[in-house]
Amino acid sequence: MGSNGGQDLQVLIERFEQGHATAAARLITILENGGEPAESVMDRIFPKARGAYRIGFTGPPGAGKSSLVLHISQLLRRRDVQIGVIAVDPTSPFSGGALLGDRIRMQRLTGDPGVFVRSLASRGSLGGISNCTDEVADLLDAFGKEMILIETVGVGQSELEIAETTHTVVVILVPESGDGIQAMKAGLMEIGDVFVMNKADHPDSELAAKEIEDTLRLKNVPDGAWIPPVVLTSALEGRGIKELAESIEKHHRYLEEEDRLVEKRRRILRSRVRSAFMDRMERKIWDDPSVREILSERIGDVYEGRLSPYRLVQELEKRVKIE
Amino acid sequence: MGKKIRVLVAKPGLDGHDRGAKVVANALRDAGMEVVYTGLHQTPEMIAESAIQEDVDVIGLSILSGAHLTMFPRLVELLAERGADHIKIIGGGIIPDEDIARLEEMGVSRLFGPGTDTRDIIEFIRKSCADSVS
Repeated sequence: MGSNGGQDLQVLIERFEQGHATAAARLITILENGGEPAESVMDRIFPKARGAYRIGFTGPPGAGKSSLVLHISQLLRRRDVQIGVIAVDPTSPFSGGALLGDRIRMQRLTGDPGVFVRSLASRGSLGGISNCTDEVADLLDAFGKEMILIETVGVGQSELEIAETTHTVVVILVPESGDGIQAMKAGLMEIGDVFVMNKADHPDSELAAKEIEDTLRLKNVPDGAWIPPVVLTSALEGRGIKELAESIEKHHRYLEEEDRLVEKRRRILRSRVRSAFMDRMERKIWDDPSVREILSERIGDVYEGRLSPYRLVQELEKRVKIE
Repeated sequence: MGKKIRVLVAKPGLDGHDRGAKVVANALRDAGMEVVYTGLHQTPEMIAESAIQEDVDVIGLSILSGAHLTMFPRLVELLAERGADHIKIIGGGIIPDEDIARLEEMGVSRLFGPGTDTRDIIEFIRKSCADSVS
């Protein structure tokens, strides 16, 4: 077998178009592995993406992201919506391996042909999702999925890329987040379109939800701007799921007014092109042997204090030729 | 980025002894593989479906309940039906020697008994993926 499993891209795409899950799954692997083959897949897939709505689920580890994704997916399936789920777990920076465990909570979705679940390892990306998350979402979209639910790795404060990938971001917190919420004000608290206080079975949950509401209310917002609601849920007992779905839909409707969704989609695409361009430039620069040569030649001078790091950067910059 | 070996580790059937499956899953992760862990009480149908969506190279089943002669052949059959017989099946647990021979004849790649060194499992997976993964 070759690197594409012996099947050439054309055959795979044809089988994908006929609706074969094996072909969709193999194409996702090609996207994950990146490079020229991934770009060829995107050439074929991207025009077929129909604009599926993308919802992000993020929050600290153990907050209940996978369980809420399960509940929301089940609710959407009862309305016969075709669902794609992308669940990201972290890659070990030491071994390069990953334990992808989000399916454990989503077992009840397995066997429903209206749902396609794919686990992705973050593979070195530090933004809370995998670098190919957008592309995998495009592929599931082109595969006929109408809603794409994307679950990030368990995040702290600064893994915020989900906001540049999805149309509605659901931030999931738990009463135990406690003082942690204070610390998160600067990052996570700014990207949520809907906030969830999960584990409503916990005695402190209502108080914790009120604290988040208060924090959100401190922010100055222009008239008519979206004010993120805080929804109490219990993924364990299945409570608050309808309310959460309603809040997501409300935000969706809000975006559809006054062309906000169109603007958001354009902004997301712009940032995608920008970051893909930066990746490519970075690779091009480091592929240039003269850049690496100067770096190893001159790093000694920096070490000895004869040259500042920034002067060396200028020297490197002069060497960069980008055609 | 390059291709990674992807392995699905699952426990089919009703026994709840998942220590072995977890030890293997961790060892494979530490060997640089991407391990999809689906947990307990899986039917062969669920395992086949998950393995297909995840595009794994290998499925590892852990069975200590005695249901191996039902579970393994059913999974082999399901993968073939769905055009996914390129996925290799390995297993572990309490499986009598005479059944091991039968199962390996039916299309299971390899069964590892109690006391197996996880390095042997890693090496077996790496070797059997060598032709499809660089």
